[in-house]
Amino acid sequence: MTDLPTDLTRATAAGLADALASGAISSVEVTQAHLDRIVAVDGQVHSYLHVDGAGALAQARSVDDRRRAGETLGALAGVPIAVKDVMTTKGLPTTCGSRILEGWVPPYDATVVTKLRQAGLPILGKTNMDEFAMGSSTEHSAYGPSHNPWDLDRIPGGSGGGSSSVLASFQAPLATGTDTGGSIRQPAAVTATVGTKPTYGGVSRYGLVALASSLDQAGPCGRTVLDTALLHAVMGGHDPMDSTSIDAPVPPVVEAARAADVRGMRIGVVKELGGEGYQPGVRARFDESVALLQELGAEVVEVSCPNFEYALAAYYLILPSEASSNLAKFDAMRYGMRVQPDGVDAPSAEQVMAATRDAGFGPEVKRRIILGTYALSSGYYDAYYGSAQKVRALIAQDFASAYDKVDVLVSPTAPTTAFKLGDKLEDPMAMYLNDIATIPANLAGVPGMSIPSGLADEDGLPAGIQILAPATKDERLYSVGAALEAALVDRWGGPILDRAPELGVAAAAKGA
Amino acid sequence: MSSLSRDDVAHLAGLARIELSEAELDRMVGELGVILESVAKVQQAPTEGVAPMSHPMPLTNVTRADVVRPSLGAEAVLAGAPEAEQQRFSVPRILDED
Repeated sequence: MTDLPTDLTRATAAGLADALASGAISSVEVTQAHLDRIVAVDGQVHSYLHVDGAGALAQARSVDDRRRAGETLGALAGVPIAVKDVMTTKGLPTTCGSRILEGWVPPYDATVVTKLRQAGLPILGKTNMDEFAMGSSTEHSAYGPSHNPWDLDRIPGGSGGGSSSVLASFQAPLATGTDTGGSIRQPAAVTATVGTKPTYGGVSRYGLVALASSLDQAGPCGRTVLDTALLHAVMGGHDPMDSTSIDAPVPPVVEAARAADVRGMRIGVVKELGGEGYQPGVRARFDESVALLQELGAEVVEVSCPNFEYALAAYYLILPSEASSNLAKFDAMRYGMRVQPDGVDAPSAEQVMAATRDAGFGPEVKRRIILGTYALSSGYYDAYYGSAQKVRALIAQDFASAYDKVDVLVSPTAPTTAFKLGDKLEDPMAMYLNDIATIPANLAGVPGMSIPSGLADEDGLPAGIQILAPATKDERLYSVGAALEAALVDRWGGPILDRAPELGVAAAAKGA
Repeated sequence: MSSLSRDDVAHLAGLARIELSEAELDRMVGELGVILESVAKVQQAPTEGVAPMSHPMPLTNVTRADVVRPSLGAEAVLAGAPEAEQQRFSVPRILDED
């Protein structure tokens, strides 16, 4: 039996699952401990947009009752989770970090949420994000940014900065994310947590508010590789409600995480990801991780992906193009906000729509919709969107030839550690560069994971290493991630989050 | 390399049904110019003879069995509407006066 820490919020999801299964603790206890932690620290971190204490406790009680009745339950039954606010939750607000959806309560659950409920994971609340997942810092959330628990003046990454900061501040043992260009992996890297973007189609997109449908992929977030694998197994699998869902079983991710074996594996270091523009401390931790993988029995070679150089440009044409189409549904007619234009008598539907979208969308969303509208205009289509689609094919070819030579690829996850809130807000291109290493995987549809590689010497902040595998071979991420994690934790003498500063605890929660 | 004028951006915002203020327009012209210059890099890639890729998975005609299944009721669907009337979405006028 795993030794559980006295503070249940410090336990791993796997440890909690074991203790729940043995009856050593109840789901109500675990859930209440996290609700207390939320009261104590979320005033500073601002990870949650909505907390559902009553709902979470009711789910927890139901799991406890079923377990007492001798029912066979899923591996994570009773382990609470935080859900990114881009996933629809029946009866719980879903805003995507946007004013235009303020107060919207969806009439249905996303398939991922249905799976969580069926697996018995109490939902603690909805996590903050950049508006409609457009951003790398949560600063584009209409409800204010989340803060990095390592330094509250810094960004927790984005768009899934609510989920990453929830994990790093022990406000939930697990969280869900979505990754269109890095929104699971980059937040994981800057908070020293773990996140996986599965193969495109590996997790259902039904009930996810779409950003760019050919790039969007939901995935698991955790503090350890095994926890992340356990959640991946719950979230993944075929869904007839999503026509792009892969009709095959979830890859054996949990088995791979438990085996944690890289002996004989061929690992390619992507030459184009990691040179100029990457912070020295990020590179140093990456190089050490690669050396460790070699010591663990993997064969490491350098691999070139020459067209990755064009990935960022292609992405910032394809994404805005798809987003401009997807976000056209926010028309002030069927759900969300409706604003009347100033000084117009009996305004038309078109005028109401335009006034609503001006009031309801933030600057980054407007920027990307207008950019996408331009890229798709006749006369510019071939030069922009058409060229970007060809670059996308070249990037997929780069991956294909790389995977002829190696089993997985590795790179730093993000070029820098967490920057200060406000630092890049006025410079969209500088913000976009955060995703330079994560975007190629979304363009090609291959799976990727970020795990902590250590703290950068120059600022003491977390850095991440990214692992990329061929499509549908998600289990390889977990083999490499778990092996490296074990070696690094051994070297550090404990989990990296033990080194994060203690957050001040709000007075109201003391003794709760 | 084409760059966007203020009029271009105003026209695009109209197409996208976003009413921008004068200040927003001014800001957007500069920002979009910088972004467009950067993304135009796709035109330098060796794309000669490359077929465009729209999607990571080569899927066609994904269908389901032609059977009736439950859907959301009118009440649930209309619950989030800004305005509803007689079990329908209530919308502003859609035609011009003339």
